[in-house]
Amino acid sequence: MSSTARAAVSADSRRGRSRVSPAFWLILPSIVFMLFLFAYPMVEGIRAGFTSDLTGALTLDNWGRMVNDPYFTRAVRNTLLLIVVVIPVQFLFAIIMALLLQAKPRGTALYFYLWAIPLAISDLAAGLVWLSIFADQGYLNSVLVGFGLQPFSWLSYQSPGTQFLAVAMAEVWRATSLVLVIIVSGMQGIPKDYDEAAAVLGANYWQRLRHITLPLLKPSLQVALILRTILAFQTFAVAQALTGESFPLLVGETYRWYSALNNSNVASVYSLVIMAISMITAVAYLRILRDQSRQVAK
Amino acid sequence: MTTGTRTPVPVDLAPLRSYRRRRGLLQVACVIISAFMAVPIYLIAVAAFSTRAGLNQFPQPFYPANFGTETMSTFLSSTGITAGFINSMTVGIGTLLLSSLVGAPAGYAIARYMFRGKDSYQLFLLFTRALPIVVLSVPLARVFLAAQIYDRPVAVILLHSALALPTTILITSSVFLAVPVDAEEAARIFGCTPVGAFMRVVLPLALPGMAAASIFTFVMSWNEVLGATILTFSQRTLPAQVLSSLADSPLAYRFAGGLVLVIPALIFIAIMRKYLLNMWGTTIR
Repeated sequence: MSSTARAAVSADSRRGRSRVSPAFWLILPSIVFMLFLFAYPMVEGIRAGFTSDLTGALTLDNWGRMVNDPYFTRAVRNTLLLIVVVIPVQFLFAIIMALLLQAKPRGTALYFYLWAIPLAISDLAAGLVWLSIFADQGYLNSVLVGFGLQPFSWLSYQSPGTQFLAVAMAEVWRATSLVLVIIVSGMQGIPKDYDEAAAVLGANYWQRLRHITLPLLKPSLQVALILRTILAFQTFAVAQALTGESFPLLVGETYRWYSALNNSNVASVYSLVIMAISMITAVAYLRILRDQSRQVAK
Repeated sequence: MTTGTRTPVPVDLAPLRSYRRRRGLLQVACVIISAFMAVPIYLIAVAAFSTRAGLNQFPQPFYPANFGTETMSTFLSSTGITAGFINSMTVGIGTLLLSSLVGAPAGYAIARYMFRGKDSYQLFLLFTRALPIVVLSVPLARVFLAAQIYDRPVAVILLHSALALPTTILITSSVFLAVPVDAEEAARIFGCTPVGAFMRVVLPLALPGMAAASIFTFVMSWNEVLGATILTFSQRTLPAQVLSSLADSPLAYRFAGGLVLVIPALIFIAIMRKYLLNMWGTTIR
C-alpha cells in the first residue's frame, strides 16, 4: 500500500514540480487561523506574565504576587489532589462499566445512553446538579434526617474535607463517561478470537481479563488517561458552583485574578503555569503514542 | 419422527442456574450504575420544578410534592437569560460554520493528499488540543479589546472555533477517508472538474458524518464557560451568564439554571448515540 502511495506522490511531484500542491492551499487557512488564535495569544500571554501592569516594564512581580497569594498553595494542592483521587476512581469505574456493557445485559442501548449523558454536560451544570444534593437543605441531608441522623453542612468552608468530597463526587459523575466511551470503543477493536481461544484453553474470566482484555486495551487506557489528566487541570466551574470561592482550583484562581481582582497580568502568570503543566502532559502523551506506533511497526 | 417414549435423562441444572444468577447480578449492577447517573438529573428536575415555598421545606421530598413552574419561570425571565440563550445559539452556530469552513478543507487534504510536513502538521494539531482554554482566553481578551471586538459574540466564536478546529480537522479527515476514492475518480473520468467532483460526489456522501461532527462542535461551544465569561462582559452566553451571577443569586435560580443547562445534553446524546463511539471514542484521541 505504501509503495503505491509513494509512487503516486512521486508521479505528482514529477508532473507539477513548479506548482504548489493543492493540499497546501487547503491547509493554509487552518494554519493562518491557528497562528492568529493560538501562537499570537501564547506570545502575548508570556509577555503579559513578565511585564508590570502599572509601568509596562519587564518584571517578575506577577510571579511573586501569585506565589505569595494565600490561595495559590491551596489551589495547587486542591487541583493535584483532585486529579490523584478522581482519575483512578474514574478509570476503575469506567472499566467496570465497559465490562458490564460487554456482557450485553438486556437493555444495553438504554444503559449506554444513560451512562453517556454526562458527556454533554458542562462542568458548571454538573456542579449545579450536585449542589441540589449537597446543599444544606438538599437531598443528601434530607436522606440523613429521614434516617434520624443529624444534617451536615457539606459545602461549608469550615469543612474542606467534605467540600473536596462533593467536588470529587461531581467530577466522577460528570467525566467518567469520556473514559467509558474511549474504553468501549477500544474494546470493540479487540478481536473476539483471543478471548474465545483463551476460554477454550481453560482460562477463567479473571485470567482472561488480566492477560487478554486489559493488555489489549492498554493503548485506549493510555490515551484516556492523558486526555483526562489534561482536562482535569481545567476543572473549575464544578467547584465554583458547589462551594463558591472557598475551594480554590488553579483555573478558578486565574478567573478570580482576571475578573474579581481585575489583574490580567497575574491571571496570565496563572495561565502560563497551567500551560506548562499541560504541555508536560502533552509531551508525555506524544511520546507514548510514538512508542506505540514503533511497536506496531515492529 | 419417531421420538418414542424415551425416559427423560436427568439434566444437570446447576450450570443453568449459575448462568441465570450471573445474568441477574449483571442486571442489578447495571441498574445501580444507571441510578447513580440518572438520579441526580431527576433530583435537579424535581428541585427546578418546585415552588419557592417547597424549596424551603426540609427535609426535601424526593417526588414532585410541591410542583410549580414558579422557580423555572423566575429563572427564565431574569435578566440576561433570554439574551444568553440567543447568544449561545449564535455562538454555537457561528462556531460550527467557521470551524467547518476552515477545518473541512484541511481534513480533505489530510485524507486525500500526501504532502511534505503532513506528519508535523498532524502532530501540531494534536499538540494544540492539549492547550488549556484559559491560556488562550486571557491574552485573547487583551487582543480583542484592542481590536474592538471584545464583548461581542464574534469574539467567543473565534475562541471556540480555535478550540474546535483541531478536532474538526481530525474528524472530517476520517469522514473523507470513508468516502471511496473510486467514486471521486469515476466522476473525474466522466468529465467533472476536481471541484465539481467534490461538490457532486464527495460532499453528499460526507455530509452525514460532517453533520455529526458539527453537532459535537456545537455541544463543545454550548458547554464552554470559562472563555465565554472572560471574553464577554454584557453579551454573555447562557453558561457564562449563569456562572457570573452565581455568587449573588438564590438557590432556586441555581437549580433552575442547572436543569436548563442539562436538558440540551439529554437531547444531544439521544441524537448522537450512534456516533458516540466513532467520534468521542476513536477519532477524538
